[in-house]
Amino acid sequence: MAGNSLLVTNGLVKRFGGLVAIDNLDLDVKERTIHAIIGPNGAGKTTVFNCIMNFFPITSGEIRLSGERLNDLTPDRVASRGIGRTYQNIRLFKNMSAIENILVGMHLHLKSHWWGALFRTRHTRQDEQHAQDEAVRLLQYVGLKGKGDILARNLPYGDQRKLEIARALAMQPKLLLLDEPTAGMNLAESQEMVGFIRGLRDELAITIILIEHHMPVVMGMSDTVTVLDHGVKISEGTPDHVKRDKTVIEAYLGTGVANL
Amino acid sequence: MAFDVIASTFQQKAIAKTPWRKTVEVGLIGFGLMIYFNIVGLTGQFMERWIIESMATLAHTIFLGIAIGAGALAAHRNETLSPGARLVHAALAGLIAGAGLAILVEVLNNFNVRFMFVAMSPKLLAFLSFGVNAELASLALLAGGVVLGAFGGMLYSVPGIVRKPLVVGLASVWFVGLFAELILLASQFEVMEDIRNFFFTWEGQRLEGAIVVFCVAVGLSAFWTARGESIMTNYRGKGARQQKGIRYSLWLLAGVLFILFPMAAGSFFGQVLMLVGLYALMGMGLNIEIGLAGLLDMGFVAFFATGAYTIALFTVPESDVACVTPPCDYLIKIIDRPLTWFEALPLAMLASLVMGVLFGIPVLKVRGDYLAVATLGLGEIIRVVAVSDMAAPMLGGSQGLLSIPRPVLFDFEFSDPIHLFYLTLVSTIVAAYFAWALENSRLGRAWMAIREDEDVGQALGVNLVDVKLLAYGLGAVFAGLAGAIFAAMLASIYPHSFQLLISINILALIIVGGIGSLPGVIVGSAMLIGTPELLREFGEFRFLAYGIVLVIMMRVLPLGLWPSSVRKRELQTLEEAERLLKDRGAEGQKA
Repeated sequence: MAGNSLLVTNGLVKRFGGLVAIDNLDLDVKERTIHAIIGPNGAGKTTVFNCIMNFFPITSGEIRLSGERLNDLTPDRVASRGIGRTYQNIRLFKNMSAIENILVGMHLHLKSHWWGALFRTRHTRQDEQHAQDEAVRLLQYVGLKGKGDILARNLPYGDQRKLEIARALAMQPKLLLLDEPTAGMNLAESQEMVGFIRGLRDELAITIILIEHHMPVVMGMSDTVTVLDHGVKISEGTPDHVKRDKTVIEAYLGTGVANL
Repeated sequence: MAFDVIASTFQQKAIAKTPWRKTVEVGLIGFGLMIYFNIVGLTGQFMERWIIESMATLAHTIFLGIAIGAGALAAHRNETLSPGARLVHAALAGLIAGAGLAILVEVLNNFNVRFMFVAMSPKLLAFLSFGVNAELASLALLAGGVVLGAFGGMLYSVPGIVRKPLVVGLASVWFVGLFAELILLASQFEVMEDIRNFFFTWEGQRLEGAIVVFCVAVGLSAFWTARGESIMTNYRGKGARQQKGIRYSLWLLAGVLFILFPMAAGSFFGQVLMLVGLYALMGMGLNIEIGLAGLLDMGFVAFFATGAYTIALFTVPESDVACVTPPCDYLIKIIDRPLTWFEALPLAMLASLVMGVLFGIPVLKVRGDYLAVATLGLGEIIRVVAVSDMAAPMLGGSQGLLSIPRPVLFDFEFSDPIHLFYLTLVSTIVAAYFAWALENSRLGRAWMAIREDEDVGQALGVNLVDVKLLAYGLGAVFAGLAGAIFAAMLASIYPHSFQLLISINILALIIVGGIGSLPGVIVGSAMLIGTPELLREFGEFRFLAYGIVLVIMMRVLPLGLWPSSVRKRELQTLEEAERLLKDRGAEGQKA
């Protein structure tokens, strides 16, 4: 597993009042890898994502993307550095059509200004046309061809997941944060999603951090796995390494089980 | 967004009720309405107003309408029953409604309740009992209720080809009678004198006229009911291009008629239409804030005031109080005269933009319902500042600023309300285009995104500060433009013209029109601003109608009169889902 580090966290701590959600977390996510974060419920996995996006100020520590410090940036600036994300409970713009959702995702890459929009300058129109074409292409890429005009809220569950990823891809991210992309899917659908996520890494050269509960999914495609428990990293390594780690088994199943 | 509550509660499951209960309920609604109208004194006012001269007053028609409506509604609620049974139910509902009047007659005859209800006068008794004695009158009212209720029920049961023309005919007569004065006012030409005298006197509609109106309306409606379907089929059969041609030519025709109308009808209508236009302008601005960006704003009148005051400050002649203050002073040193209206207009819009942005800064982090309260305060601050003694040397305090010049364009002075109407019309069209362009742009989508989910929007790279301030700023420009025209219309402005009520009105009109919908703004403005102006003769009672209409609107059409396309799609899918559920339910019963 070669490659440079894309995202690095050093001693990341996040406290909510007295509760320590993340305690002294060091992550090192290599370029063009799939890095899974697993752990029992309440381990602080989603909080890691929120810290990376800087949705709330972190208590201490440092987050760097390709060497640039992200700590002091607002979420939209963080996004503009090339980080896209999806959510555990799908958060689409429900009253907007599928294509509009993707177009919002392209917000950062559209250069037209509001005064251009007012007078519908040639530049703006070209920009819009290009964005439309690109959005249609993306819809097709995630398998939602022809569903562009449907309101997001009216799409079936699986399609909503796909649309959310398409919206994140529209940002042309370097790093994609996927929060339980296979939640609520059956085995066949999960398998399809695994193939799709691999494709993102291999074809589009996107680095992926993945939160997941489905162990087959995690073990099947991750390059590195980090295990969190109560905000503390208890294990890290290749899937095989983590699978055999006693502390991990204990965290999941309780003390003493590993000795059986 | 807070208004989702309105849209989401409109689908309520009806509790199963027996037919008799439904009928009695409907009857009691009619009963209550009858009593209410009399007690609040509406009858007193309406019984002097002829719908058809010397035959039926407005009060009569309203009572007739309530009884017939109760019958029709009772029949509608019991549509599963046989026609005969339906008729009985309708008659019962009519009877209960009629009983409302009968009881009033009895009460008026036997007790004196004037110490509590001023409107319960002997005159009312005389009106309700047709001059005959009270017992006979109550019986007649009850019998009338039965007959009218049954008529309403029948009306519901007969085939559409009979019902529709009849209803349209009666409604046309009523509307022509109600607006008789306005129609007269709008047709003051020599050539029309004979026609006018055939249809109306200054008292109201003449019987002959009413009959002609009724026949024409029935004829047209019958024609459309019978042939409309095939005309529409024919239209749909045509190619897309031809369809477009027909549609555009119809719109063009309507547009031309609309443009010519105030010229023909006179300055009163010009004035009313102009007000509608001004509110539509402001509605478009607020629609950007609320409809697109989801930023509830109850202080919108502040921007309207900013536009108006800026115009005044820069155009009022030197001798007046305004121009002793620095900004204007410098200007006068440079160009040696106050600006003209058209020169000051860009400044007014710019000032509103700046005001919008300043307004937005303190409430950037406030969300949802709290925003309504915060903006309410900000809007009031502007007005209070304008009234205050501190700003009086500049803004004139409660005296306001006087002698604002009329707009002049190439030696043409916009002095008449009709001229100003055309100015408003052009401004509204241009503004509507800009509003449309903004809505369908990168910025418009960003607004909608933060309306739907602020956090997600931000995570997609939408800069919340920029986008929100632009929503406030650009929305404010529309109001600034409206304020500028408003100042030209009144030629003087006072702080008291910028009450909270204006903000509320604008909010109400965009909700009634359909939130987030551009045509809805115009329709809403016509409904809520235009109609009360036309009903001015009814004094304060027109606000009662305004309130009732608002409540009924939100009950019946929660999405507004002209919902935005997205909302419409939403509704369609809802209906589809419901149909599906029903089908499944039916299948389940079969199984």
